[in-house]
Amino acid sequence: MPTSRRRERFASRAGTIVLALLATQAGALESYRVVADTITAPLGGKIGNVARGAALVRDRERGNCLICHHGDDPAEPFQGSIGPPLRGVGARLDTGQIRLRLVDMSRLNPETVMPPYFRIENMRDVAPAYRGQPALSAQEIEDVVSYLASLKAQ
Amino acid sequence: MRLPLLLIGLFVALAPAGAEEIASGSSFLSPEMRRQQDDPNRNPAWFWVDQGKELFAQKPATGQACLGCHADPATSLRGAAVRYPQVDGASGKLLNLEGRIEQCRVERQQQPAFGYESAELLSLTTYLASLSRGQPMSVRTDGPAQAYYEAGKAFYERRQGQLNLSCKQCHDGLVGQKLRGDTISYGAGTGYPAYRLEWNSVGSLHRRLRACSLGVRASQFDYGSPEYLALELYLAGRAKGLPGETPAMRR
Ligand code: HEC
Ligand code: HEC
Repeated sequence: MPTSRRRERFASRAGTIVLALLATQAGALESYRVVADTITAPLGGKIGNVARGAALVRDRERGNCLICHHGDDPAEPFQGSIGPPLRGVGARLDTGQIRLRLVDMSRLNPETVMPPYFRIENMRDVAPAYRGQPALSAQEIEDVVSYLASLKAQ
Repeated sequence: MRLPLLLIGLFVALAPAGAEEIASGSSFLSPEMRRQQDDPNRNPAWFWVDQGKELFAQKPATGQACLGCHADPATSLRGAAVRYPQVDGASGKLLNLEGRIEQCRVERQQQPAFGYESAELLSLTTYLASLSRGQPMSVRTDGPAQAYYEAGKAFYERRQGQLNLSCKQCHDGLVGQKLRGDTISYGAGTGYPAYRLEWNSVGSLHRRLRACSLGVRASQFDYGSPEYLALELYLAGRAKGLPGETPAMRR
């Protein structure tokens, strides 16, 4: 094959690769690094807010965590019994451990029931309204992490 | 290569259909709601049964009433509902009870279909299913039904939606646990169409399936879609032997 044609081909192929990279980056989530069973650095460098995190955990449209977990407030009606109680979770786990468990528990337990709150790959039949987005944003994850880390009392 | 495959095939064929015992949704009701369900004067779903019975006897503008072809339904159609979904001999398609009623309506009565979740189709379905109360669920899952059953099983077992959960994780793995105010049952569906407090009405099994899909933020398939029909067959096959309980009450 003449070199010029080969170069043309290469150029067009490289073009496709660049486009593909752009496409994944547009929909990509803030990257993170898993160290042992933790993600030590805050997602996207965001700073969490405890009060917002507490609201997210209760909010039936967003976190809706109490559908499965007992939270910290015994007065809250109808709390779930599926996951471990959240009371004292900040004493059992450090911030980085909590962050990984929220982001994608399946990295620790492939069979887990705990949903991945910050993952969009390898998901199937996601409803159109939620497609291509994580269940919680990087900021929301950090808010919830801050709140859970504050639950130290057993 | 061949022998192991054959052996696997044998094991599948020999395994009992309902390897694990499952219980119906009624056994997870609060005692008060159970009493209400079991009292025809307090279970509102019986209103739909009565409406269905009337419609069954009503002559449409053309053709005959259902009763014209199905005389003495309390006897002739007893046990019919618990054999659905089934593969329609003529078309080879999987039909649930709703589908069969619509087929009679269009092909035999030459009337426009009622449509899924219409008051008419719900009452006729509820009425016909009520004639099989106490009869054991007995769908066929072999022969022409097998491919549909396998498709329903695969759907039941795969994770889906933004919350990434399968039907199986909740309805096999978490039975008896609390999901907010609900107690998770085996998802048998043997009481549907059922009166749900949340709906303030009777609704079909597919309406309940759409609620579970929404719950995990997964695509909701259409009423009567091939996906939910196959799932319905799998659920019915899994519930083999359990009594029909329509019209049930649910939260
Ligand atoms: C569908 C059920 C479900 C939902 C919804 C859910 N969780 Fe979980 N969660 C679980 C289960 C089950 C586990 C145990 C995970 C395992 O061992 O695989 C768990 C584990 C956890 C852990 C680790 C706890 C420990 O003590 O090890 C944390 C932290 C947590 N969840 C927080 C949350 C938060 C915050 C939310 C909402 C944003 C949430 N969960 C929503 C089921 C759920
Ligand atoms: C996150 C948990 C969860 C998931 C996942 C889930 N369901 Fe459900 N389902 C429930 C709850 C809670 C109810 C209401 C209480 C009950 O009867 O189990 C319910 C009810 C049902 C019922 C009615 C049961 C009866 O006999 O009254 C059926 C049938 C059913 N689900 C099937 C399914 C199927 C099929 C899927 C998958 C497409 C599915 N569910 C996914 C939680 C779930």
